[in-house]
Order: sequence, then C-alpha cells, then structure tokens
Amino acid sequence: MPSAATKLYADDVSLLVVLLDTNPFFWSTSTLPFSKFLSHVLSFLNSILLLNQINQIVVIATGCNSCDYIYDSSLSTNPGIEKGKLPALCSELLKKLEDFVTRDEQLNKQQSQSLPPTTTSSLLSGSLSMALCYIQRVFRSGPLQPHPRILCVQGSSDGPEQYVAIMNSIFSAQRSMVPIDSCYIGSNNSAFLQQASYITGGVYQKPQQLDGLFQYLSTVFATDLHSRTFLQLPKSVGVDFRASCFCHKKTIDMGYICSVCLSIFCKHHKKCSTCGSVFGQAQSDVASASNLKRKTPET
Amino acid sequence: MNNGNGRRLNGETEEDDDDEGSEGDLDAWERTYADERSWESLQEDESGLLRPVDNKTLYHAQYRRRIRSLSSQATTSRIQKGLIRYLYIVVDLSRAAAEMDYRPSRMAVVAKHVEAFIREFFDQNPLSQLGLVTIKDGIAHCLTDLGGSPESHVKALMGKLECSGESSLQNALDLVHGYLNQIPSYGHREVLILYSALSTCDPGDILETIQKCKKSKMRCSVIGLSAEIFICKHLCQETGGSYSVAMDESHFKELILEHAPPPPAIAEFAIANLIKMGFPQRAAESSIAICSCHKEAKVGGGYTCPRCKARVCELPTECRICGLTLISSPHLARSYHHLFPIVPFDEVSSSVLNDPRNRLPRSCFGCQQSLPNPGNKPSLRVACPKCKQHFCLDCDIYIHESLHNCPGCESFRHSKSPIATEE
Ligand SMILES: [Zn+2]
Ligand SMILES: [Zn+2]
Ligand SMILES: [Zn+2]
Ligand SMILES: [Zn+2]
Ligand SMILES: [Zn+2]
Ligand SMILES: [Zn+2]
Repeated sequence: MPSAATKLYADDVSLLVVLLDTNPFFWSTSTLPFSKFLSHVLSFLNSILLLNQINQIVVIATGCNSCDYIYDSSLSTNPGIEKGKLPALCSELLKKLEDFVTRDEQLNKQQSQSLPPTTTSSLLSGSLSMALCYIQRVFRSGPLQPHPRILCVQGSSDGPEQYVAIMNSIFSAQRSMVPIDSCYIGSNNSAFLQQASYITGGVYQKPQQLDGLFQYLSTVFATDLHSRTFLQLPKSVGVDFRASCFCHKKTIDMGYICSVCLSIFCKHHKKCSTCGSVFGQAQSDVASASNLKRKTPET
Repeated sequence: MNNGNGRRLNGETEEDDDDEGSEGDLDAWERTYADERSWESLQEDESGLLRPVDNKTLYHAQYRRRIRSLSSQATTSRIQKGLIRYLYIVVDLSRAAAEMDYRPSRMAVVAKHVEAFIREFFDQNPLSQLGLVTIKDGIAHCLTDLGGSPESHVKALMGKLECSGESSLQNALDLVHGYLNQIPSYGHREVLILYSALSTCDPGDILETIQKCKKSKMRCSVIGLSAEIFICKHLCQETGGSYSVAMDESHFKELILEHAPPPPAIAEFAIANLIKMGFPQRAAESSIAICSCHKEAKVGGGYTCPRCKARVCELPTECRICGLTLISSPHLARSYHHLFPIVPFDEVSSSVLNDPRNRLPRSCFGCQQSLPNPGNKPSLRVACPKCKQHFCLDCDIYIHESLHNCPGCESFRHSKSPIATEE
C-alpha cells in the first residue's frame, strides 16, 4: 500500500477482498471439484491484478472451524511479473491455503471428539468481520485509497446461529459504503448473501453452469465500482425479507414483535423469551392508541 | 462512529466550501484562528515544554472510558433498552442563538449537528420516530410531526434557520407534552432540548409543567450552549434525563450523539407489549402496481402488505389501508447489537508483553497491522477476553463502535457465544 500510494489513483483502482469457502462438507458434495474451482479462482485473481498495476487483492479462507488470511498482494515479496507467469500469487496462496485446510481439519477432529458435528455451515461471519477490519485499515492509511469491495465465493448453506453477527457486518459495510458481492455456488440460494448484496449495493449471482465459473467471475465480479455504472449487471430476482420467528424458526409474513427487544414471535405469548418482559396490555388497546396517533396529524 | 465513511464523505472540497461561507463576516486577524483553535492542540509535558496533543492516544483513552462506563451500567441492570422511541428535538431559536461564540453562530452549529444526529438516530433506532420543535419569540412551533423519514426533518430544519425574541421552556414543554401524550404506551417518550438562552420567559408556573411531564413519563434532556441553568437541571433531574453544557463545537457534537443509542429502558416508563407487524416481500422488479402512499402507478420495487395486499413504496411504514406496521427483517436486525453487545477488550499489560516466555501474536487479528512491542510506553494492543486474540487500537474502536462483532470470536467454532445461537 504505502509504495503504491505515491502513484496516481484513478477511480477504477480496486481493493478486492475475496472470501473463499473451504468447507470440506460442501466440497465433498459439490459437482465441481475443489481443485478445478481453485484454478478458476486463481485465473480470476490474476486477471484482477493485470487489469490495473496497483489493484490489490486480499484472500481470506472461510473454513468450517476457523478463518484466516491466506494472501495479500501488498505483502507479496516477489512481484510475479518479473518471473513471467505470475507464479508468486499461485504458489504463495496455494501453500497458505493447504496449511489452512489442514489446520481447519484438525480443529474439526478436536471438535468432534468433544461434541457431535452438528453444523456444516462455514464461518462467514468471521471472514466478513476480518475483511471489514482490513478495509477500515486501508481507509485509515491516507487520502489515496483504492475502492474496496468484498466478494464472497460461498457454497455452504447459511448457519442460522450466525444471523446476528452477519447482519451486524452487513450494516457496518453499508455504513462504510463497501459493497459485498456474492457468487453463490451451492444448491439453494443463500438468504444471508442475498440480503448482504442487496443492502450494500453489491451483486448477487448464482452461476448456472459451474464449469464456466471463470466466465461468471471475470464478466460480473471483475468490474470495478466505477465501471459498474456503465454496465448492465445481473439484477436481483427478489430478496426474501420475511422474518423467521424466534420460537419455531418458521418463516412468517405477519407476527408479533416484543416492544422491548424486538424479538419476533409467530403468536401471542405472555412473556418474552429473549428479554423476560411480561406483556401487560391487550393487543386491542395498542391498536386504538396507534389509530389515535395516526389521526391527529390530519386534524 | 463510522470513521472511514465520514472521512470519505466529507472530503477536503466540502469543508473548504464551508469555511469560505462562514468566514465572510470575520475580521482578517480572526480568520486564521477562529476555526483552528490552534492553542487547544497544545499540552504541557512534565518539564513544562509545549507539545502537540497526541490526538490518537487521547481519543482512544476517551473511548475506553466510555466503553467501561457503559459495560458497568449493563451489568448492574438487565439489558433492556427502549428500542421504540418517540423523540422530540426542541431547538432554541431565540435571540441567544445568534451569538457567535460558536462559529459561525450557535444556530448554524446546532443545525449542522442536529442533521448528523437525525441520520445517526434513525440508523440506530430504525423503528423510532422523531419530531422537531423550535422556540422563537417566546412561542414554541412544531416544525415537523413525529415521523420516520430523516430527509423531511432535515429539510424542514434547514428552511427555518432564523432567530429572534425570547425563549420559553414552558411553552415548548407544553407543546411537546400534548403530542407525546398520544403515542402508544409501549413507546418511550423523550425530549431533547438544545438550549442557547440563559433565561426562560414563561406564561405560567413552569414547575407545574415539569411535574406534568414527569407524570407522563417524558424523559427530558437538555444540552446547554452557554452556561448551566438551574431550571434545566431541575427539569432533567425530575424527569430522569441528562443535563450537560457544551464547551465547544466538538464537545457539543459528542454530547448530542450520546443521545443516539437507545437509553436503558426503565420498566415503569413504557409498558412492554407485543406489537403486531407485517413483513412484506419485495415485489418482482417488473410488476406494475398503484402504490397507496403516493397514489401513482409504479413499475417494480414495491412491497405488498401481507394483510390487505396494498402496495407501499418504502419500509418501514404503516399500511395506509389497514394500519398494520410494515417492516423488513433487516430493520429489526439493526437493533440486535444493542441486545447482544460485545464485551470490552482488555489492555495487554506491559508485564505480559515483556515476558519473553509469552509468544505474542505479531499482528492484529482483525486487520493484520503489525503490533510492535512498545517497551515501557502504554500498550498498543488489546485482547478479547473471550477468544484471547490481539487487536490494534483502531480495530478495537471500529469493532465496538461500528462492527459489533469480535472477528476472533466469530472465526472459531468453539468460542461461538451461546447468545448468538439463540437466534
Ligand atoms: Zn414461532
Ligand atoms: Zn423481549
Ligand atoms: Zn408510493
Ligand atoms: Zn394493509
Ligand atoms: Zn487492527
Ligand atoms: Zn473475541
């Protein structure tokens, strides 16, 4: 970063933080083998670096039990261009990735000894939080900054226990105007990533043909934020904003909200299970009070 | 709060414009000093020499004090917050608001920060409503009714920025009391008064009005711009609000933003209740419908009320046809971090740092910034008490003020907190 800062920053210089899903539970069931997937992603990363000399890439692995930084192009010691075919990126990234996957697997073994393996989701909330911390550091680094964005390449299904943390990350990204792009390669749509991209103004896409993953990555997700204003990128097919109730995790379109903590319930309860408030008044009283309130401004 | 964002938004150019506008009526000699207050950025060191203030350490120390006081409050009372707030901001536009001890005037400074406050308020309290009242010529006017759209409030305030006459606390309280008495019982009634004057010109007994406010459970807070006044202090004490007097512009900004996060809920102040709400789905981008709010035919992008199927353009809102409150689940999620706050990080003591047996992480877990060993100086790193990961001071602030997640805790399956799984 500091060395690059002396150069001129045009509006199309990007900092791309890529979150790679390395969850073995997903990759063991996927039609696209992990090695093929990596070759698509590596070509994509190379092309980003070639698009602009001072583009920057950071790769964070989203594992099943841990998350870690596996590549940062600003730290790369030997700029690959000298060696002809950009081997630095590939070798460094692949080595770190291998280390990470073995470590993650060991954690999984330790875990399964103490607890039965209950969940097969990846720790997206962790890698998103790390990516945002990194981007804040770039914002602090001075007036010349590349335009940051986050790309989640995710295959595992959403982990409901991460809901609050992921929503927190999404709102923080929105406040810092960092778009979150999502390339979802799993079988069903990810409601988390749909909301993340919708709220932060990123692109959500679920490629139909995984063989052509590089094509999707390079045509949709390689475009910098400035160029996007001139392009016709895939539009959202609709976002599921319905809530799920805290009591049964059922998706509902009408429900009751605790006025103290905003927990969602599908039917009337006497007491809030989240904050312990006891609900006093009958619903009809509230309705009349709010009717009164709505009428007054018109008079 | 959102450091990076703010800095990017208010780039150099905008600020330059502001300065030129405000400096028009200053004397030449005043110009260089008025805004910079360069004498305030100096401090004396132990040998009596003048040194520039180390802003970063100062800022971080301030922030840590605040976090600590917040967390001690949280442990003494159960985490219940008044998340549904009905707040009136009373802006004093009496003669005193034209004073120029704030640059360019008290009124302009108040307006500027009220605008920032309104946006922050709705960001942190998505289901709450806010209204504006001004005091001028001894009379209180309602500038905007309680509502949920930040833009309309900001526009109304900016259009009415002129001041004259006396100020009247009683008239303002009476007016606001009338409005706040009508809100539903689960809502928290709050008044925030930005008071420039040093006196109040009232038609009757203000102590009676204060008792009336107390009875209606209105939490009244005052931020003074000149000096402490007994009646304001009395009002705040009686109604459970907070009273503070700003010393300068940055202090004023800090004081007003303290009112943005929801206050701890006091059980007797609002009755807990279940509110019926609808979660409309976003309609397909190509569908055409007549919306009930603007009464216009619009293509795509609307929401459909699940009870009466009327189309509305924006959320959150109340359905015009059936009166159901319509929101989306992300609106609710914006408030959840108030309920599941993350613990303050601990400073890593220098004895731990200097112990060669400890293998300390060399970089910040969040942003990868290298963490140098500071020697005898105060530590430049903090550690999360749950996951034991180390963070730099900048990440510490970002994590607690904006992100509301610990990247370390979120990155390890075993340390996932039980609270998060409740969802
Ligand atoms: Zn339920
Ligand atoms: Zn509750
Ligand atoms: Zn409309
Ligand atoms: Zn309706
Ligand atoms: Zn950091
Ligand atoms: Zn932690």
